[in-house]
Amino acid sequence: MEGMTFIVKTITRLLIGAIFLFAIYITFYGHLTPGGGFAGGIMVACGFILLTLAFGKKMSLGKLSDFWASLLDNLGAFTFWSIGMLGYIAGYYFMNFIEKSNPFGLFSAGTILASNIAICIKVGSSIFAVFMALTIFGRFISDLIAAEDED
Amino acid sequence: MLILFYALLIFCIIGSIIAIEIRNILASVIAAGAVGMALSILFLFLGAPDIAITQVVVEIIVLIILIRSTVSLDNTSITKHRDTFAILSSLIFFGLFLVFAFMAFQGLPKFGEPLMKVSTSYLRDSVTQTGASNVVMSIILDYRAYDTLGEATVIFTAILGAFVILRAKGKKRKEESDRVKVGIPEKEDLPEALIEVEE
Repeated sequence: MEGMTFIVKTITRLLIGAIFLFAIYITFYGHLTPGGGFAGGIMVACGFILLTLAFGKKMSLGKLSDFWASLLDNLGAFTFWSIGMLGYIAGYYFMNFIEKSNPFGLFSAGTILASNIAICIKVGSSIFAVFMALTIFGRFISDLIAAEDED
Repeated sequence: MLILFYALLIFCIIGSIIAIEIRNILASVIAAGAVGMALSILFLFLGAPDIAITQVVVEIIVLIILIRSTVSLDNTSITKHRDTFAILSSLIFFGLFLVFAFMAFQGLPKFGEPLMKVSTSYLRDSVTQTGASNVVMSIILDYRAYDTLGEATVIFTAILGAFVILRAKGKKRKEESDRVKVGIPEKEDLPEALIEVEE
């Protein structure tokens, strides 16, 4: 059986939803409370790493494969850059062009929320991908799984 | 409270010395992790919860990766002797650093008193100008978003480099052999009589 013991698997199954929920909270409320896209993204990566350690690499790569991780990495970086370029609509580079409402609301800060979400996707997928690349040294991850399937 | 702050500071210094001096690599990694956790509590004392959260999660990731890569090593303890020249030169440079750091810290403003006018203007206007009640986030994603884009580019490039280096074999197909380029068929394709002639 791949992964860790039964105790670790049960605790992981109970906790993994709370970890992802907290990561999403940290990301979405980054402009109201301490936190932000970087911390939330690393928490997402932490959740995937916990899945990898508890259930083995096949299960976590089934949720988020290395191809999708690198694609989401690129998409997050591109989204953040295009938010900066969209500032030219109103005036200058990285202008906060969305209308601001009353403070302490979720949609109060214009582009900051969108930037936080983009950074969260970028950091989470890339840190997870680099963890997989570091632990499965020097081989294609998909090749490794294919070789295991043949055995 | 100040006593606890200084106790954590001394804990950080002792943990760093242990992490450098201990022979076992796994123990060194664990000492470095303890220093990082104490550092995150220090950031909380200094009134920077954003940095404290980031420090905790990054420290956990780094610990997991370092322990995973340390456990798989064959030889986890260092047996090589230290040479005296390295110790002497590092001591001299550490003393120089202390002297110049003491001179530099004399000129710094008192803790919590901003040096520049721009920081007071950020604190005054950030809520009305950006709508974000977290001033740190309004600075790094609104006033100074271009710097954050640079940071994101740094992470992107670092991870691209890690992916390229950690890959054992390239995606490119093998180069065609010279025989095919010139138009001579491979040796296996030739009839046997021709191979004898060629040799």
